[in-house]
Amino acid sequence: MSLPLSSQLLNLLAAVLLLLSFAMLAQRRLLSLVSLFAMQGFALCLATLLVALTSTQTHLFYSAALTLVLKVIVLPYFLYRMIHKLEVLWDVETLLNIPMIMLLGIVLVVIAFNLAVPISQLSSTITRSMLGIALASVLLSFLMMITRRKAIPQVIGFLAMENGLFFAAISATYGMPMIIELGIALDVLVGVLILGVFFFQIREQFDSLDLEHLEKLRDE
Amino acid sequence: MIEIAVILALPFSAGALLALWGARKWAAEFNIAASFATFVAAAALTARVISEGPLLAFDRLFFVDAFNVFLVALTAFVGCTTAVFSRPYMRIEEAHGRLTPPRLRLYHSMYQVFVGAMLVALLTNNMGILWVAMEAATLATVLLVSLYRTPASLEAAWKYFILCGVGIAQALFGTILLYFAAERVLGAEGGALLWTELNQVKSQLEPTVLSLSFVFLLVGYGTKVGLVPLHNWLPDAHAEGPTPVSAVLSGLLLNVALYAVVRCKVLVDGSLETVFAGKLMMGFGLLSVVTSAFFLMRQKDVKRLFAYSSIEHMGIITFAFGMGGAVASFAGLLHMTVHSLTKSAIFYTVGHAAQKTGTQLIANIRGLIQVSPTIGWGLTLGCLAILGMPPFGVFASEFLILTTAMRDQPWATPFLLGALGVAFAAVFSKVQPMVFGDTNAKRLPHPPSMLPVFLHMALVLMLGLWIPPYLAEWYRQAAQMIG
Repeated sequence: MSLPLSSQLLNLLAAVLLLLSFAMLAQRRLLSLVSLFAMQGFALCLATLLVALTSTQTHLFYSAALTLVLKVIVLPYFLYRMIHKLEVLWDVETLLNIPMIMLLGIVLVVIAFNLAVPISQLSSTITRSMLGIALASVLLSFLMMITRRKAIPQVIGFLAMENGLFFAAISATYGMPMIIELGIALDVLVGVLILGVFFFQIREQFDSLDLEHLEKLRDE
Repeated sequence: MIEIAVILALPFSAGALLALWGARKWAAEFNIAASFATFVAAAALTARVISEGPLLAFDRLFFVDAFNVFLVALTAFVGCTTAVFSRPYMRIEEAHGRLTPPRLRLYHSMYQVFVGAMLVALLTNNMGILWVAMEAATLATVLLVSLYRTPASLEAAWKYFILCGVGIAQALFGTILLYFAAERVLGAEGGALLWTELNQVKSQLEPTVLSLSFVFLLVGYGTKVGLVPLHNWLPDAHAEGPTPVSAVLSGLLLNVALYAVVRCKVLVDGSLETVFAGKLMMGFGLLSVVTSAFFLMRQKDVKRLFAYSSIEHMGIITFAFGMGGAVASFAGLLHMTVHSLTKSAIFYTVGHAAQKTGTQLIANIRGLIQVSPTIGWGLTLGCLAILGMPPFGVFASEFLILTTAMRDQPWATPFLLGALGVAFAAVFSKVQPMVFGDTNAKRLPHPPSMLPVFLHMALVLMLGLWIPPYLAEWYRQAAQMIG
């Protein structure tokens, strides 16, 4: 049985999203990490657009536009500027070696698919097979945040997690109501702006963005 | 209706005005005035609910029922008294050279935004807006915690942002799953995220999805409640931020996060008709109580000490709601109220004590009662109250929780009693030398304002002896709803 073209395209985009999550896990150069994040945002935007076209849910068009502006243009540009200003172009160290992280990532994907099975079976939307992928990319971003030592990759991991969550919303329910999406987008934007200010302060205080310096507070 | 609009609009417009007004002369007074106006509006709303009962407003986006009405009043009240306390406190910090005028401007503005975000979270009927408001409250507090810009405060704020950011992302996933389950029953147009709607159809919601959703919601909002093992941010944020912020974090934000968890629990219970959610909450609650009791013994910093005490009390409340039943939920609601009042009062006294001795280390704070009897007695009374001494309100609620636990969950009682005993020994033995003995405290450049401390303590005392009938009625109704 062959699926309609739109579903096939959506599945393709979902696969691209997952692939990009893996690429981000393995990428050690910061600027490439930002471009990967922008590409992930673009895949999310296309997926939203496609669902909007097939389901004729008008609010999804706005959602797609919001994703395009915020996650493909504004945030990557902001991060790009910041990386240049802070002059942190160097390679990012990871806590584990890359092949090890990849293996862990594969385990996480299997777990995510298993978790999503009972829910996907209930879903009536054309996008139901994608929920597992969405959950997998959330967990992969989580893994990325855990394994990175520097501040900027952690923030990119945080934003990638938000991408995965939006993808989950689209795949499970055709997106959240517009007012909520706007609220979430605003929170993310403000959060990144605050972190931007933070980077400079951390740098001023510690002369680096290495989070090793931020492990002083603990109970003896 | 008009009261809700005022309560929601006032803090945000005051925050914007304070940002524009800057560090000019009357900023602190304006902060108090705005907080007081919010409190008056909350009192008017409370009066309306007393006379007219629960109400829905603005296309069902906001609502007030027995569960959130007293929390709104409490949040506005503590927000107001903390503003009164912070005026002399921040002035002294400025005189000690720890803060500059631009920082004060940021502080006043973000304080209002923070209180406003919490009020939105409490009043909204929409689970999505609840999430957005919780995230907004997080962002405002990140700026408040890092106010001193010291390495330690930056670290605390960074930890807070990352841990709570990740935590709250889990809660968003839980909300998406909840929406997914609700949409199948209510349809996309039927207000599938409105709590009142969900509550009516909760028995039709898909149980597997809801149980998965609750796990994510509990972990997400539980991070903000400070439940062990998700509590790592809490002691740092309390110790490194300015004291008024510690007071509102402990007294208000933790309550609001717990409120979100309980709202979700009501839905899940209705759908599952098992004790799954209750069991999870009991587990997290008990773990928090026991772990934090032992951490209390090891603390050297006085604000960290009381931060761990907050984890302990949040654990007790979570346990009570998890246990369920009319008495335990009633006691949980009462405990939310008295803990909030007592803990903020303690932080007020601890803040001035730290200013008088120039340190937050317990070992270096000595003989407070000699130099300033009000601070010394305030701390002693607050401490006795939080440790559950009669006749204060904390005793009443803890007594109810413990007796219910003995009847319904006898296995948990020894853990609870043991932890309470350890906490008592730890806190009392640390606070006693801080208050009595030879002193090393200095005079403050501005007189502190001790009115909020004794106001709070008087209320806690009153709640231990007599609960106003309408408040008791709200507790009863809310407890019935929580189940």
